[in-house]
Amino acid sequence: MGTESQYLQYLLTGLTSGSIYALIALALVVTFNITGIFNLAIGEFVTIGALTAVSLREIGCPNLPAYLLAVMLAGCTGALMERTTIHPARRASILTLIIITIGVSIALRGAALLIWRTHPYTLPPFVDAAPLHFLGAVIVPQSLFVLALAVTAVGLLFAFFDFTYTGKAVRAAMLNQTAARLVGINPNRLSLFAFTFSGIIAALAGIFITPITTATYDMGFMLGLKGFVAAILGGVTNATGAIVGGVLLGIIEAFAAGTLSSGLKDAIAMVVMIVVLLTRPAGILGSPKNGG
Amino acid sequence: MFRRSFLLVLAALLAVAVFAAGCGKSKPAAGPEPAGETAKETYKIGAVVDISGPAASLGEPERDTLEMLEEELNAKGGIDGHPIDLIILDNKSNETEAVLAAKRLIEQEKVLAVIGCSQSSTSLAMVDTVTKSKVPMISMAASAKIVTPVEERQWVFKTAQSDIIVANKIARYLVKKGLKNVAFLSVNNAFGDSGLQNFEAAASENGINIILKEKFEATDTDMTAQLAKVKASKAQATVVWAIPPAASIVTKNFRDLGINMPLVHTHGIGNKKFLELAGDAANGVVAPLGKLLVAEQLPDSDPQKQVLLDYINDYQQKYNARPSTFGGHAHDAFNLVVRAIEQAGPDRAKIRDALEQITGYAGISGVFNLSPEDHNGLGEDSMVLVEIKEGKWQLLEL
Amino acid sequence: MLAAIGTIVCLPLVVNNAYLLSILIVIGLYAIIAQGLGILMGFAGQVSFGQAAFYGLGAYTAAILATRYGWPPLLCLFVAPFVPTLAALVIGRPILRLREHYLVLATLGFGILVFALFKEFTGFTGGPSGLGGIPYLRIGSLVLDGDREYFYLVWTILGLTLLGMANLTNSPVGRVFRAIHTSERAAEAVGIDAAALKLQAFALSAFLAGLAGGLYSFWVTFISPAPFGFTTSVEFVLMVVVGGLGTLWGPVLGAAIIVGLDKLLQWAVPLVLPGAGGEFEIIFFGIIFVLIMLFRPKGILVPGTLRVLTGEAAGGKKCCA
Repeated sequence: MGTESQYLQYLLTGLTSGSIYALIALALVVTFNITGIFNLAIGEFVTIGALTAVSLREIGCPNLPAYLLAVMLAGCTGALMERTTIHPARRASILTLIIITIGVSIALRGAALLIWRTHPYTLPPFVDAAPLHFLGAVIVPQSLFVLALAVTAVGLLFAFFDFTYTGKAVRAAMLNQTAARLVGINPNRLSLFAFTFSGIIAALAGIFITPITTATYDMGFMLGLKGFVAAILGGVTNATGAIVGGVLLGIIEAFAAGTLSSGLKDAIAMVVMIVVLLTRPAGILGSPKNGG
Repeated sequence: MFRRSFLLVLAALLAVAVFAAGCGKSKPAAGPEPAGETAKETYKIGAVVDISGPAASLGEPERDTLEMLEEELNAKGGIDGHPIDLIILDNKSNETEAVLAAKRLIEQEKVLAVIGCSQSSTSLAMVDTVTKSKVPMISMAASAKIVTPVEERQWVFKTAQSDIIVANKIARYLVKKGLKNVAFLSVNNAFGDSGLQNFEAAASENGINIILKEKFEATDTDMTAQLAKVKASKAQATVVWAIPPAASIVTKNFRDLGINMPLVHTHGIGNKKFLELAGDAANGVVAPLGKLLVAEQLPDSDPQKQVLLDYINDYQQKYNARPSTFGGHAHDAFNLVVRAIEQAGPDRAKIRDALEQITGYAGISGVFNLSPEDHNGLGEDSMVLVEIKEGKWQLLEL
Repeated sequence: MLAAIGTIVCLPLVVNNAYLLSILIVIGLYAIIAQGLGILMGFAGQVSFGQAAFYGLGAYTAAILATRYGWPPLLCLFVAPFVPTLAALVIGRPILRLREHYLVLATLGFGILVFALFKEFTGFTGGPSGLGGIPYLRIGSLVLDGDREYFYLVWTILGLTLLGMANLTNSPVGRVFRAIHTSERAAEAVGIDAAALKLQAFALSAFLAGLAGGLYSFWVTFISPAPFGFTTSVEFVLMVVVGGLGTLWGPVLGAAIIVGLDKLLQWAVPLVLPGAGGEFEIIFFGIIFVLIMLFRPKGILVPGTLRVLTGEAAGGKKCCA
């Protein structure tokens, strides 16, 4: 494999893992922009989506219904989480709320360990096709699906925010909660919506990525962390930033592993991230008002 | 306010104290007391297992095996009529917890011996505690550092094969196939690190050149970047030192990239999850494994065959699944302790001495020949080379 | 106050149990770290998700100096906290300019970075396989190899830390911190150099974490990167928040709760649900944790800042007008 193919491979690899991070970053950004909270339990929703789909298939459910049910379950769990843990604490500080999400993630992870034990599971790829070759580099078709999901999700979000009444209401609330209340928009409903919706995105992400990454009870932890990094890297103020941040993080990791040191790839990614934060404190696509 | 805050803290601490003291008032223990107690006194054995946390895939089958064996032994009346009480604690794959768990077992429960832990790092963390308290410890982890230098490890034993055995077996296989230039990929944790060090030693001894060394994290989801370097290199074979799911992902990536060279794994893949996750990509993989996975294919003359088949049968009946080699390490640790207690009675120091005398014990991980110089007792015959063909383990050579 | 000290001193004499003493040692170590973080979060108002990195830097410095360079353990313990402090001073200036979640991410990134370095530089740190053979601490002819002696050592240091903190919060410096926390702009308007003070708080938190790290090394005599990862950093933040931000005893209480709750569940869960494994403990821990935060969102202890300001602190110190 020549050096050009190698670099191209790093790019494709980065795109694969990057689109995974991007999806999770998207879920985080949506919640953050609507409620101001970072839902650090988001990784667990990825797990719920993936592992529920696995279990449903194991008892004989065909693919599509299994995936839909899994996603619905994740959405319901998100709603439940919001009603029982976020809503009662809505007047508390943001730090407290974030810490509550950490507590929820611990509980969910314990439940996942209980139900699914420590075994890794897998799902079949959506299409049974051979890896695609581009000039000596390789990408599996499933990765393209993940990327497509990320792009579609962003597209749908834009359509939602720009063309639907509810979407515009959400945007209004994001800009000014008091004014929104005055015109009759209910922030509590929005909070519920945010958590449900982000749970759904995360679960979908879980189902899409499992054919590549396999699923374990603790997959959510690392993915949630990287999603968080990606979200802030991209600038938490908009969905496109989440995608950009995710893909960028994936590519940095891949190039770091390939060209520098695979043992230090996480360290290098962190250094780059810190440098970005110091030079562009609002993240790559963020707006200055959220920055330093 | 100041005083009130302080009182609250004190109350919390006292609560901890009361509870911890309270849980010490459990059943009477058979500690190192002189002979002459009633014959039906319960013998207590402790176990510290990495049941949750990153090493849970090792600890779970170990915990399941230990519980199964405790049941079986008590059904047979225990050790010479003494029922046994096996107390299993979870160290959450965390060293500080391992130390605390060991202390709890030793001080509160007053166990005769401690089985543990699943990982080398958590096992090593307990060494100081068991040595100071003079309690025999049998680890289920692989690192040779657990039992050497033996002068500093008087109270510590282990049942898993040392990584150097695995490394040597791989090295010799590669030499036999004429594959002198290899790429080495390992997971970036203690397991992979030990593999790297041991393989480097085995390679230099056997004339193999490691021309490329790459690492990946246990939680990574894609290793194509590292494998791209392998593909571009002049390596003739690739050795991967990891456990599933990372090991399976590497294997899938390897095949996706179309890398055309032999792929060798280690005992880390010794469970059927690896096959499930890697699917067709696993075919052609060669690895040195404990005999458990190919028990049925062993010649009848093999001293371990019957023990292996019994274990598989019992485990299958109780848990409806095939046991893994990790469970096998727990099986051996339990049986070694039981044998030693049978020999020496409820005396920690005598149990330690008895452990050193055990020879010719055919266990799951191998045939154990312990001695004062060797607290592991396993040799190269404890592993066999296995190839994966059509999604099944095939014995390649003994 | 004296009664309190008396209780702590007599505790090991009454509780002759290495297991319980070890729990208290762990609580003590974490309390020291949480104290430092508490100053940073409660008074200077900055969140750090990277304290475990400082903890680890202290632990590894002490261990490496003692094993690879053969320095006397006590000297290693004195030197150890300065390495993380130096690191904090170097990275602190730039990253403390960041606000809110960006600062969180920068400290988190720093933690991950240091963790990766611990794993990578095998020659120094022993890599993921760990570093063993750390000698016991020696004070003169007294060898600290027992849990009772170590309990006294750790809790004495914790006591001194608390004393120092109490003095700090009562002092003009403490009031300045609170001013920054309330409104950085207003504080700067009256000429306070907020950046310098935040840096000092950050360095102090690193110092304390490093000190705890050194103590940890000489207690367990074997360390590996595992205890110094992101999960531990999160636990420290949890301790400070649960205990009560901006209070003196909050971090200590928080440490006691996080460690104690864990052990309590270990004892209680098998009683209530026989045969239940560690999974239930994890679930209950998460649930109880969420419940604590729901009912006491500011943490269990509430700052008695008013009392302290008007001089009603237990020490009877009058604060200057």
